Amino acid sequence: MLLIKDLHASVEGKEILKGINLEVNAGEVHAIMGPNGSGKSTLASVIAGKEDYEVEKGDIILDNQNLDELAAEERAHKGIFLSFQYPVEIPGVSVTNFIKTAINETRKAKGLKDMPAKDMLKMIREKAELLEIDRKFLSRSLNEGFSGGEKKRNEIFQMAMLEPKLAILDETDSGLDIDALRIVANGVNKLKSKTNAVVVITHYQRLLDYIVPDFVHVLYNGKIVKSGGKELAHQLEEKGYDWIKQEANA
Amino acid sequence: MDLKDKLVSSFLAFENGVDANDCIHDIRNEAIKTFENKGFPSKKEEAWKYTSLNAILNHDYSVFSNKEHMVEYKDIKHYFIDDIETFKIVFIDGVYSSHLSQTTHGPMDICLMSAALTKPKYKAVIENYFNKVAVQDSLTSLNTAFTNEGAYIHIPKNKLVEKPIQIVYFSTGNEAATITQPRNLVVVDENSHVQIIERHQSLTDNAVLTNSVTEIFADKRAIVDYYKIQNDNLNASLIDNTFANQHDNSIVSVHTFSFGGKLTRNNLNFFQNGEHIDSILKGITIIKDKQHVDHNTLVHHIEPNCESHQDYKGIFSDRSTGVFNGKVIVEKEAQKTNAFQSNNNILLSDKASINTKPQLEIFADDVKCSHGCTIGQLDESAMFYMRSRGIAEKEAKALLMYAFSNNVLGSVKIKELKNRINNIIATKLGVSIGFDI
Repeated sequence: MLLIKDLHASVEGKEILKGINLEVNAGEVHAIMGPNGSGKSTLASVIAGKEDYEVEKGDIILDNQNLDELAAEERAHKGIFLSFQYPVEIPGVSVTNFIKTAINETRKAKGLKDMPAKDMLKMIREKAELLEIDRKFLSRSLNEGFSGGEKKRNEIFQMAMLEPKLAILDETDSGLDIDALRIVANGVNKLKSKTNAVVVITHYQRLLDYIVPDFVHVLYNGKIVKSGGKELAHQLEEKGYDWIKQEANA
Repeated sequence: MDLKDKLVSSFLAFENGVDANDCIHDIRNEAIKTFENKGFPSKKEEAWKYTSLNAILNHDYSVFSNKEHMVEYKDIKHYFIDDIETFKIVFIDGVYSSHLSQTTHGPMDICLMSAALTKPKYKAVIENYFNKVAVQDSLTSLNTAFTNEGAYIHIPKNKLVEKPIQIVYFSTGNEAATITQPRNLVVVDENSHVQIIERHQSLTDNAVLTNSVTEIFADKRAIVDYYKIQNDNLNASLIDNTFANQHDNSIVSVHTFSFGGKLTRNNLNFFQNGEHIDSILKGITIIKDKQHVDHNTLVHHIEPNCESHQDYKGIFSDRSTGVFNGKVIVEKEAQKTNAFQSNNNILLSDKASINTKPQLEIFADDVKCSHGCTIGQLDESAMFYMRSRGIAEKEAKALLMYAFSNNVLGSVKIKELKNRINNIIATKLGVSIGFDI
């Protein structure tokens, strides 16, 4: 599904990603772990098409199509979803109105008509229930004054509504208490299928107790320096990142 | 001959040609003298520092409109809020159009200024209210001198006027260029409530200059909601002078939606002559090309325990220019005043500009007054967030700008009007997404 080949990316002339290789197939869950500043969030943003980052070299290929020339919205239309580490507050736009616009814009891009209001409402109700989101919450301004947990739940709610092929969860566990973590993880697990894939970016192993990865990759200094199964996450939890750094620098 | 000389020399002919009560003749004669002395305002005056009238004064305007021009309702229907029942007072080139209007007489009067100025039954109201809150500056005086036609609205006490009133001024441009001076009087007695929508619309590309004066009197506990739609074509300019005089516990709101026109100047003045008054001044400006919109507001807090709320949003593209000059005066007696003012702007081009100037003159010591203005660009992180969810750049921009102006729209109480303005905003922003929330 997703193939990343020798990806180099920089921001304001500073190289952050220094040759990433990654393959994610349908039905898989990948975790990308790594110490702070290793380039995890940059990788997520580059895949999603953030223009502040310059791709110097390499390819990001989704379903045999190179994403290089595609704008962020076009990537979203192709089925990429990025759950933000820091979801942006947009006062004046309600959660409902935003998600309606996002869905209908995506449908428009695919040559489909707007989703009938009735279907939309039904879907919103179902997905809100899945994430234990109160109806009142949906009429509030997007992310404005939301707690950390509410923001992340709202991200996964949007993911549930948009039904992406490839979901990238950037530090979705940060700022979550254990209940919110369980709700979010449960939501993600319910959305998982044989036809989609999830990339979980996290600093800690905690989330991976709930969203169990098939593969774990360690990103350090702009490169994937180690890959393994879920036991690698446990190893990192026990031993920290120092041994990885030592191995990589050796 | 320049426009000022032309107007002054036309005055006698005008004054002899129109019928009115004696007191009106005196007021007109006084007013033309004031205008003759002061002339048109220039940029040397502080209040006109950022708005020059030169470009719009150098046309050879015709001062008197000719005969009534017929306009078919179907051709202008879309300028009305036509999906609800309303009263309508419609003028074409300054002349009342009876076949487009829907007025009423007694117990409430929603009719014509020309009738009110001449007929004995209106004399008492005219003597009590006409030209009583209008400030005697040069442009208001010019309007007063040529007062002849406009909307006359008198709501007696304890009346809730269920149908909004639409006041629409059309210009057909039957002359090469036309100057018109509409004059509206709105008197709302105790406990009554009225909603008014005003619009000026040019139907051709000829230059039009409108110098309009509206006086609003809100008696005790009266509620007046006034909406101004300014979406005229690029050869039309508007100087709107609106004055509100409020008594105890009254609420007057004026929403100004400025989307069109070549030059638009809104002089909006509130005088609080009582306690527990609320004055609400809100506006959304979205302009482009070389359009210019200037909001010049004054709220005069004279007595204690009153509030004022000002909230103006502006979005400027291309080489468009905006001005916000908001003056709040709190007199020594006006303790416990709450006066809030905010003016937020987005510049979408580096050639666009906004001059924003809050002016607070506070003589009381126990008041809450705040003012804030911001000038910025669109939030890039919000743009990426929205685009990453599949909303294309143009639509994301539009949604952000809509959200930016949303709290002003939120206080529009007529649903159909709100929908209409949503549509105008969507058109202005070049998108077809629905903004309904």
